Amino acid sequence: MSTTVSAHEPVNFQTHPDRYHHWKLSIDGDRANLVLDIQEDKPFRGDYLLKLNSYDLGVDIELADAIDRLRFEHPEVKVVVLSSGKDRVFSAGANIRMLGQSDHGFKINFCKFTNETRLAMEDASKHSNLRFLAALNGITAGGGYELALACDDLVLVDDDNSAVSLPEVPLLGVLPGTGGLTRVVDKRKVRRDLADIFCTLSEGVKGKRAVDWGLVDAIAPRSKFEDVVNERTENLKSQVKERSGKGIEWSPVTFTEDGPSRTYEYVTLKCDLEERTATITIQGPGTDAPASAADFREKGVNSWALRAFRELDNALLHLRFNMPECGLILIKTHGVNANVLAVDNFLNDNRDDWYVNEVLTYQARVLRRLDLMAKSIFALIEPRSCFAGCLFELALAADRSYLLDDDNEDRDKAPEVALGPLNAGTYPMTHCLSRLEVRYSGDQSKVDELIKQGTFDPQDAEDAGLVTFVLDDIDYEDEVRVAIEERASLSPDALTGMEASLRFPGSENCDSKIFGRLSAWQNWIFFRPNAVGEKGALKLYGQPTRPEFDWKRT
Amino acid sequence: MSNMNLYDTIPNNVNLSDDKKLKRALEKWLPDFQSWWMDMGPEGFQANDVYLRTAIDVDPKGWAHFDHVKMPDYRWGIFLAAQEKDRKIGFGDHMGKPVWQEVPGEYRGMLRRLIVTQADTEPASVEQQRLLGQTCPSLYDLRNLFQVNVEEGRHLWAMVYLLHGYFGRDGREEAEALLARRSGNPDKPRILGAFNEPIEDWLSFFMFTMFTDRDGKYQLLALAESGFDPLSRTTRFMLTEEAHHMFVGETGVGRVVERTAQLMKEGNDDVRKAGGVDLPLIQKYLNLWFTLSLDLFGGEVSSNAADFFASGLKGRQKEDRLDEHTALDQYYNLNVFRDGKRTMEEVPLRNALNEVLRDSYVDDCQRGVDRWNKTLEEHGINFELKLPHRSFHRHIGEFANVHFDPEGNFLSDEEWDKRKDEFLPSEEDKVFVKSLMHAVREPGKIANWIAPPKRGINGQPFEFEYVRLS
Repeated sequence: MSTTVSAHEPVNFQTHPDRYHHWKLSIDGDRANLVLDIQEDKPFRGDYLLKLNSYDLGVDIELADAIDRLRFEHPEVKVVVLSSGKDRVFSAGANIRMLGQSDHGFKINFCKFTNETRLAMEDASKHSNLRFLAALNGITAGGGYELALACDDLVLVDDDNSAVSLPEVPLLGVLPGTGGLTRVVDKRKVRRDLADIFCTLSEGVKGKRAVDWGLVDAIAPRSKFEDVVNERTENLKSQVKERSGKGIEWSPVTFTEDGPSRTYEYVTLKCDLEERTATITIQGPGTDAPASAADFREKGVNSWALRAFRELDNALLHLRFNMPECGLILIKTHGVNANVLAVDNFLNDNRDDWYVNEVLTYQARVLRRLDLMAKSIFALIEPRSCFAGCLFELALAADRSYLLDDDNEDRDKAPEVALGPLNAGTYPMTHCLSRLEVRYSGDQSKVDELIKQGTFDPQDAEDAGLVTFVLDDIDYEDEVRVAIEERASLSPDALTGMEASLRFPGSENCDSKIFGRLSAWQNWIFFRPNAVGEKGALKLYGQPTRPEFDWKRT
Repeated sequence: MSNMNLYDTIPNNVNLSDDKKLKRALEKWLPDFQSWWMDMGPEGFQANDVYLRTAIDVDPKGWAHFDHVKMPDYRWGIFLAAQEKDRKIGFGDHMGKPVWQEVPGEYRGMLRRLIVTQADTEPASVEQQRLLGQTCPSLYDLRNLFQVNVEEGRHLWAMVYLLHGYFGRDGREEAEALLARRSGNPDKPRILGAFNEPIEDWLSFFMFTMFTDRDGKYQLLALAESGFDPLSRTTRFMLTEEAHHMFVGETGVGRVVERTAQLMKEGNDDVRKAGGVDLPLIQKYLNLWFTLSLDLFGGEVSSNAADFFASGLKGRQKEDRLDEHTALDQYYNLNVFRDGKRTMEEVPLRNALNEVLRDSYVDDCQRGVDRWNKTLEEHGINFELKLPHRSFHRHIGEFANVHFDPEGNFLSDEEWDKRKDEFLPSEEDKVFVKSLMHAVREPGKIANWIAPPKRGINGQPFEFEYVRLS
């Protein structure tokens, strides 16, 4: 048996199409072709082979990069056609041996990241005038079908042999963990009894029945497959609006490292391994708010609104994959509220511009990534901070916030917090509600009233319920220290479960069910002997012995 | 012995008349099969009388009944070997338990896949060979081709019976799909790659029946061990028929070898000029068909193979001759290619069962090749036909995507492109072999490139009118 993947190089999430191993991205006018052609001998780490276009984290990092580039670098693209470079195989899904070799935490983070990438595709379809077509030329199993499910239009080759399938339950004793179960019933509206059959049928469903059941949108014989894909691509193009003008260059996020800590231009991340905390400090923008949409786009990745959030995203992924022991994130900001609000107002006024829209939806995705961290989050609102507008979302995302009310004329002015137009719904959480709506249990008039009020001194903020604690300088330091130490002492598992349950009040949707219901069950199953015990199905897949189950239902 | 109902609409020994539901299902499938046979069966000979062997019973006396019949009137039917009393599962995790007379629910999908994959090859080969009748070297060979074809058709019946009888609606759909797929059709291809290549000349046909049908034999041997008793009984009877196909292949190639040896002995330096197939060319065809057939066994390391064995669905050939039947805690030393070198690697035995079966197959093939070499030796010709190394020209498993020569030496892609025509039939070679293919249809006459058989069929002389063409 191979060694468990644990001690290893930190995961790097940045790449470039020139360095892709597994995807080929080409732009053909207003169509992009994203061809999955996996090099089986280039696994992310470990010694498994990526057979049958099966994927691992390395493949998904490239996909995530490609999706970002299509949104930012290629506004001319209207439709992305996902296809396979292998004959008669689209994808066999996540690599089973990789899952078998990975520790629990890596599996969970892998699934979470792949889920976020698929949601980013759906987000692009919903908000960026991009459509995705999955050209399924052969076997489309498990995660391969889940990737297709994230697309708008699924075309399956009809050769009496190629099927779409979710064989995880019958073959591996786990769930299709990348949204498959949820999307089948919630997004594609497959009748639940048919979905029950589909999800227990290891060979899947092919041909006309796949269309009848709603598992794919169209089938086409091999000789007409290209034609049908092209025809449907044209049709998708006609549904989307032009994104005019040039794109920007999606250059890499840069930072300097000091052990696990990182210093970016606007973000610093300080990891305290002793205390098991990570402090993220975000520097607010200067007084140079963009003058026009053209000016803003000219700055590309260097505008504060994009750069600060890309840096934050990079820091969050680093914390997730490389710093599992840092269980508490302390968020601070540094800057001037008015400057943040100036940027916010600019973005709000120019949101019809495709690029401004891209930046706003990008910020929204990073904030959702924060909501989904399996770590506690405290916001520390201190003098000279700038928890305003988009940055106040960080305080709203936190499990609690501590405000230092230190109005001492000799030193600093007590911090104010501020709301702006973007807090009204530009940054929906995974379940599609704004953080303010969630905070006030859907009381829209209260939300409107607060946004109208705009700025809050410490007392107003406390009265309005925008912050958790307002403490004077006598108490602040000690209260925060004790809170941190107490938090760090609690069971990390219980905290993750508790936070995930408390952070998302209100109704659910397809996306939130994926991260809630589906992921929670999957994570439980991933830990159960029936999956990963010595005789568990996942453990024994591909091994000479068959699984033995403990038949008790729990 | 058995309850043979030979003159029912569907001849059978499974008491079909007592099972109204199954009978109705099969009778509904029958006209589809017949129209498939007319469309895709041997082209141009459906109205001729052919001297065919028809099974009229499953005991040794009954399965070889000879008469002139028109192929569409052949008694396709469902014949299972007699049921063994108190048969037990002989291997895997359920070893020692009584065999299943019904499909165990937990293995339903797996079992259906096994059966469908096997079944799909039967009509596929008929389709691949449908034009060969136009260029037969003799009436004797023409008859052998048709015998092989009708028996492949019957094997399809055998598998379809299992699908209809044991797999409900899904089984019926699969049975329909077996008639809907077409060898070589890009839209509805047959499942396995080797069954989508047309067989356009008789040398290929003999190689196919020698090597590819022999894969079939080994698959059937492994399925004959199955804990699912109806599958075991069906395949045991199919094996008796399959033996003839390999006879056609082995003696067919043998007769080509013999004719070539004669031409050489007669002083023809250039066998091709003399209208024969030169030995290096025979070797190239052997290289091609042997390796295509090796691929049919599947990957060397296979979790499917392990699952099939563990669950008692597919065993090793002649499991009862082995001492140990769990195949657990044992290892197989596998030939692999690592870091640019061929080397050995230990694999759990259950995962290596495809390779275990392939080993027996290679030995069996070698015995046939030895007989061909004996012919050459008898003619005093210093040439040895050889099975290529099993890394050569593979498209599945450890050696796929890498090139080797027939001795197993690694070749770069460049070298391979340069040299592959030394090892495999080139376009020119294929054109030459095709140029030899002219129909010889007079009783007692034979094409120049092949020797007549030593014996006729069922004691009849070679001159016998095996196919009545008038």
